[in-house]
Amino acid sequence: MSALNIKKGASSHSAYDLRDSHVEVEESHTLAVIVENEPGVLARVIGLFSGRGYNIDSLTVAEVDHTGHRSRITIVTRGTPAVIDQIEAQLSRMVPVHAVHDLTVEGPSVQRELALFKVAGKGDARIEALRLAEIFRAKVVDSTLESFIFEITGTPEKIDALAELLRPLGLRELARTGVAALSRGA
Amino acid sequence: MTRSMTGAKMVVQALKDQGVEVVFGYPGGAVLPIYDEIFLQNDIRHVLVRHEQGAIHMAEGYARSTGKVGVALVTSGPGATNAVTGLTDALMDSIPIVVLTGQVPTFMIGTDGFQEADTVGITRPCTKMNWLVKDSARLPETIHRAFHVARSGRPGPVLIDIPKDVQFAQAEYTGPERMKPDHYQPRVKGDIDAITRLVEMLETAERPVFYTGGGVINSGKGASQLLRELVDATGIPITSTLMGLGAYPASGKSWLGMLGMHGLYEANLAMHGCDLMIAVGARFDDRITGRVKDFSPNSTKVQIDIDPSSVNKVIRVDLPVIGDVGHVLEDVLKVWKARGRKVNKDGIARWWAQINDWKKINCLAYEPSKTTIKPQYALQRLEALTKGMDRYITTEVGQHQMWAAQFLGFEDPNRWMTSGGLGTMGYGLPASIGVQIAHPQALVINVAGEASWLMNMQEMGTAMQFRAPVKQFILNNERLGMVRQWQELLHGERYSQSWSESLPDFVKLAEAFGCKGIKCSDPKDLDDAILEMIRYDGPVIFDCLVEKHENCFPMIPSGKPHNEMLLSADAEAFKAGAALV
Repeated sequence: MSALNIKKGASSHSAYDLRDSHVEVEESHTLAVIVENEPGVLARVIGLFSGRGYNIDSLTVAEVDHTGHRSRITIVTRGTPAVIDQIEAQLSRMVPVHAVHDLTVEGPSVQRELALFKVAGKGDARIEALRLAEIFRAKVVDSTLESFIFEITGTPEKIDALAELLRPLGLRELARTGVAALSRGA
Repeated sequence: MTRSMTGAKMVVQALKDQGVEVVFGYPGGAVLPIYDEIFLQNDIRHVLVRHEQGAIHMAEGYARSTGKVGVALVTSGPGATNAVTGLTDALMDSIPIVVLTGQVPTFMIGTDGFQEADTVGITRPCTKMNWLVKDSARLPETIHRAFHVARSGRPGPVLIDIPKDVQFAQAEYTGPERMKPDHYQPRVKGDIDAITRLVEMLETAERPVFYTGGGVINSGKGASQLLRELVDATGIPITSTLMGLGAYPASGKSWLGMLGMHGLYEANLAMHGCDLMIAVGARFDDRITGRVKDFSPNSTKVQIDIDPSSVNKVIRVDLPVIGDVGHVLEDVLKVWKARGRKVNKDGIARWWAQINDWKKINCLAYEPSKTTIKPQYALQRLEALTKGMDRYITTEVGQHQMWAAQFLGFEDPNRWMTSGGLGTMGYGLPASIGVQIAHPQALVINVAGEASWLMNMQEMGTAMQFRAPVKQFILNNERLGMVRQWQELLHGERYSQSWSESLPDFVKLAEAFGCKGIKCSDPKDLDDAILEMIRYDGPVIFDCLVEKHENCFPMIPSGKPHNEMLLSADAEAFKAGAALV
């Protein structure tokens, strides 16, 4: 009845079934989570991600309805489709969570992030940085003789692209807000 | 009606309004105002525990045996941290309890005050929901909400942290009847299209099996009744997890026994070989599935569960039905009857013939002994001598727990309290007290191992003080039996730290607590000793000296599929293979 040969290695001795972890391809999903605005809710949501080993690529949170006590948490996460489904189910069942929307699957959405770039330099590098900022429609919000701060709003990919270009031109610091997102249409 | 009162008085009033009869607790500086209010009233009984972990397990035992919400009250800091194991246990097993903790005054929070701990921070991952109440005006609604959350949807533990100044402050009290409807209202009715699909599958399946779990018990006695009706009317075999024992009676004609790592051969092979698996309030725990990729390879899987996150978490399910087990089973029965009560009679008859063949293996067989008490024999005798009595069983965690699940029969739900998900050694003694407090006239037995039992043995003081005549049936093998078994089978017989050295004399220990001690080591004396235990009017510590090296079979070594189960006869060959590693 039983095949009694045990393979060498730690896994056959483990108390757990150690599964092949990545059988499917990971996808990036943007989730909008509408929560009760009360103390500890953000910690509970983040705790779910750390406790169950899910990824957070970006997270933004702010109150969006003062009278209704609602906050909106926008989370960009990565995982196989099964993991994404599980994240959505785990979020939905939390007591202070009112609604969860997977903006990546629920149709087209607008995703925007704000970033501030501090670039220091002189001469040609400084001129080139300013020219690139203009091409990306970034605004200059602070300027000294040796530095600029550019402000840009756009998709995370656009911000990544500008960061890549500015890095050799004296990019000193980068601050990003994380993604805010809404589904398109009424 | 609103009345002005202190926060502490509100706590007691809210508990009364929620129908609470008993609170398990331990006082301390940060909850003294609440204890003052408890002193000044007689409606709510307070059971003084000996350690806060005991309070939580007692509340769990109370909740599981009654279907009501259990309540515990502990102080700040160490009181709260001692509650963490119990909270996690209740979360894993979906047990509804409300835990109230004291906290340092609001103006001291964050200053590392005496007995201060970040209780809501520490307990956030081990509660379904928790709250720190900083304003006594919000206390009543928070307490009422806590009871609603604990018992609604998939039940679970909730915690309310109440700073001492909030307990002193005056505010208006609001009763539960004046509460706004809570937004937390998990769906209880299943989707009728999905239910119809389920009935269609059930009508044609050749090798169907019901795989039921703790969700049936949590759904209430009505759910167990509906399950029995459906199982008996269809003739479909049924197995259950550790958590679900008693939902379908052990004497029922379709009963296969428990499944899983130490489940019965026929139950596990039925799971492996079925063509339709209907999971009812069960969550595909790793102790159930064995190797996931070989789990029941040829079946269509249906899952009825109130928690959407239980679906597709471990095992891909073909048809989920999200809803309360009782509501869904009611609709399944309705639809099935309306469609003419069809089943695949021939298929199911062949399926039963196959299952009856598997039963012939007699997987629970063990080598009997005339000189040593075999643990299985002890449980068989306990079963025979207590059958038909108004009996509740709790357990600790380990071999004895699995043997109890294998050898004791449960005819009704809420009669079996065991730490399933978390596997908390030290659960059974306090849980048995909680059960006994709820059912003063019943026979409450904690089937224990000596190592687990020692973890919370201080609670014998509680049993004595509150006249809870709990019977502690300790299968004493002077070993950490399950650890020893794994070391024997999987770690080259290197018995690292798995024996119980310097054990107390349990009879003298019983005398020290003022209760009765019984020691038995001869199989010939066992029946009389068990009868003496049952008949004694008071708590008993029964030291049953059993075979020291008995292994618990069947066993699915972890990482193996159901059809590679070990029976006792296979053990030597298995060890020979494992020893090579």
